[in-house]
Amino acid sequence: MRESYALELIQKDKRIDGRKFDDFRKIEIKKGIAKNAEGSAQVKLGNTEVMVGVKLNTGEPFSDTPDEGMLMVGAEFTPMASPDFESGPPGEDAVELARVVDRGLRESKCIDLEKLCIEEGEKVWCIFTDIHIINNQGNLLDAAALAAIAAVLDAKMPKMEKDEIKRGEYEGPLPVKFKPINVTVCKVGDKFLLDPALEEEDVIDAKLSVSVRDDDNICSLQKQGHKELDVKDLEKMIDIALKKSKEIRKMLK
Amino acid sequence: MKKSDVKLISNGKRIDGRDLDELRPVEIETHVIDRANGSAKASFGNTEAICSVFGPRALFPRWMQESDTGILRCRYNMAPFSVDDRKSPGPDRRSVELSKVIRICLEPAIFLEDFPKATIDVYIEILQADGSTRVAGINAASVALADAGVPMKDLVTACSVGKIDGKLIADLCGKEDNYGEADMAVAMMPNKKKITLLQMDGILTKEEIMELLDMAVKSCEKIYEKQKKVLKEKYKRVIE
Amino acid sequence: MTEREVVLPGELIEEKKGRKAGSGTFFEGEKVFAKFLGIPRVNEIEISVIPLSGVYIPNVGDKVLGVVESVEISGWMVDVNSPYTAFLPLSEGVSGFVDTQRAELSRFYDIGDVIFCRISRVTKNKTTQISVREIGYGRGEGFRKLFGGIVIKVTPSKVPRIIGKAGSMITLIKNKTKCDITIGQNGLVWIRGEDKTKAIEAILTIEKESHTIGLTEKIEKMLGE
Repeated sequence: MRESYALELIQKDKRIDGRKFDDFRKIEIKKGIAKNAEGSAQVKLGNTEVMVGVKLNTGEPFSDTPDEGMLMVGAEFTPMASPDFESGPPGEDAVELARVVDRGLRESKCIDLEKLCIEEGEKVWCIFTDIHIINNQGNLLDAAALAAIAAVLDAKMPKMEKDEIKRGEYEGPLPVKFKPINVTVCKVGDKFLLDPALEEEDVIDAKLSVSVRDDDNICSLQKQGHKELDVKDLEKMIDIALKKSKEIRKMLK
Repeated sequence: MKKSDVKLISNGKRIDGRDLDELRPVEIETHVIDRANGSAKASFGNTEAICSVFGPRALFPRWMQESDTGILRCRYNMAPFSVDDRKSPGPDRRSVELSKVIRICLEPAIFLEDFPKATIDVYIEILQADGSTRVAGINAASVALADAGVPMKDLVTACSVGKIDGKLIADLCGKEDNYGEADMAVAMMPNKKKITLLQMDGILTKEEIMELLDMAVKSCEKIYEKQKKVLKEKYKRVIE
Repeated sequence: MTEREVVLPGELIEEKKGRKAGSGTFFEGEKVFAKFLGIPRVNEIEISVIPLSGVYIPNVGDKVLGVVESVEISGWMVDVNSPYTAFLPLSEGVSGFVDTQRAELSRFYDIGDVIFCRISRVTKNKTTQISVREIGYGRGEGFRKLFGGIVIKVTPSKVPRIIGKAGSMITLIKNKTKCDITIGQNGLVWIRGEDKTKAIEAILTIEKESHTIGLTEKIEKMLGE
C-alpha cells in the first residue's frame, strides 16, 4: 500500500517524507562506538542504521601483492534489522553489498596499503572491516559505505612489541589518503532520486551505485534493479553522484 | 610479480598483439547440451563459458512462486580447473555476487509474465578463465535462452572494456584484468540499446567512463552479429 | 506460405499496416517484433511467429494428450506436459450422474491413464482445466481414454509438421505402419500397433529435421515397403 502511494507521489514530483529528489535524510555519523575495535563508526540515514567495526591483525599478504597490507570487507544482514533478513551465512544481497563497499575502499586506494607491510612476503597488517546492519529503512549500501570509511578514518594502528600486538595501545591513525563516498542514484519512471526510504525501494526501476574519490575519479560502479537503463541515464546518474558526493564527504571529519 | 612491473602495451599493441579496441576471437555454439531445454557455449579467446537453460518449469517450493509472473534463477560457477590455481568447488562470494548480477542482467529481456508461478533456471559454468568470464557467460546464456524457446524482448549481449597503461581497451584478457587500471563489464539488449549490466572497478574519470560505454556498445554490436549468425544458421530455412 | 528465414527474439518482422500482432510476437506502436526464435508467418490478417522450441503453455481450445497424475475427490490432476498441471473436473470427465459419496473415481480414470481431451479453461495465472466432453453435436473429435499403446514426447512446436498439410504426413505414417496414432498439440503422441517402432522413428525424424527440405520424400522412403 505504502509502495504504490510512494510511486504516485514520485510521479507528481513529491516524496513520501516531503524531501526533494536529491535530498538525503538526516545523516548522523558517530565514531568510536565499539571500544574493542581498532576503529568503528555508526551511521544513520534517517532511521537506517549501520555499524562498522575495523579490526587489525597481522597475517600473510596476498601472493600477488607481497608488500601490501590486506583489506577484507564483510557484511551481515542481521535478522534483527528486518523481518526479511534470516540468520545464517550471508545471502546474495549481503555479499553484493560487502563486495561493492570493498571495491570502493580498495580501488580508491584510500588506505596506503604499502605502509602496512611489516616484512615483505611474510607479514603484513590485515584490516578486517565488518559491516553490521542494525536497522533497514532503505539505502543500506550508501549507509554501509559511509560507515566503512568513517570507521577506517577512526581506526588506529595498534602498538607492536616484539612481534606481538598490544591491544589497547596505539601508534597513530591508519594511513588514509582518500575518502571515497558511495552515492546510489535511483530511477523511477523518468525521475532520478537519492537515498530511497524503504517504501521507495520497491518502486525503483533501476539504480546505479557510484563510488567517488575526493578528486572526482570514480572507483566503482554497480547497476542494480530489475529494469534497464539508457546510456544517457547513466551519464545523468553519474553527474548526480559526483555532485552529491562532495556534500556528503564534508560530513566526515 | 608486482603489478607495476607488468607492461601491458608496447608499440600500440597489447600483449597478445591486439589493437586497443580489438576483440579476441569470439566463438559461439548453440544447442550443445541435449538434456537441457536450451544451451550454448561462448568464448572470447581462451575464456570459455557454457550455459544450460531449464524451463519454464514448475517451481517448488510453492512459497517461492509468484502468482502473476515467472521468476528467473541463475547460477554462475567456475569449474575448479578453469583457473591456474585450482579453485575449490562450490560457490564463493564472487560467484554469489555474479549469480545475482547476471540474473538482474537477463531479467529485463524475458517476458516473465508469460509463465506465472513457473521458473526458468539458468546455469553458467566457466570452463576456462582468462578474463571477462561473466560477459562470456551472459553471451552464452542469452543464446541458450533463445535456443530454449523462452519468450524474450531481445537477446542480451555483453563485453568488457577497461583501461590499461593509460589507454582505453575492449575485451580484457586475464593479465589485463589483473594488472590494468580499470575493468568495466557492460551488457545490453542490442536492438533496444538498453543497458542491463554495468559494473566497474578501478579508477576512471566520468569522461573515460562515457568513452568506454561507447566502445562497449560498439563491441556488443559485433558480438550480437555472432549470436545472430549462430542462431539463424542452426535452423536454416523452412519450406512449408 | 513463403520461405522465411528464422527470426530472433527482439527482431523487427514488419509494420502492422492494419494487421494483427498474432501469437509469438509483441508490438510497439506500428512495429511488430518476434518474441521467440522461430519462423515468422505473415499474411493479410496477422503477423505471427512459430517458435522452433519451447515448453507447452496451455491455451483454451488446444487438443492435447494428458496422463493422469492423481485422483482427487471431485476430479483428476492430469499432466499435460507443461509447467502447469491440468485439472479434469468430474463433470467434464464423465457424463451422467455420479454419486461422489459412493463412487470410486479411479474407476473412470486411474493414475497413468492416457486421455485425449481439450483445454477448456486457462485462468490469468495459468490454472488449467481440461474436458473430455465434446463441444456441440456431430462427429466430434474423439476425446476419450486411450487404451494400450505408448506415449512419446516431441517438441510441441513441431506438432504441425508431424501432422502435415491437411494431415497428410500423419496419415502417411498411419497407413504405412498400420498404427493408431493420436497427436496432442502439447507434444504428447500416442501410438498403438505392431509396427510402433517404425512409426516412432518416423515421427522423431520429422521432429529433428522439421526445418529441412525434402523431408516428406525422406519419410516416404523410410516407411518404404
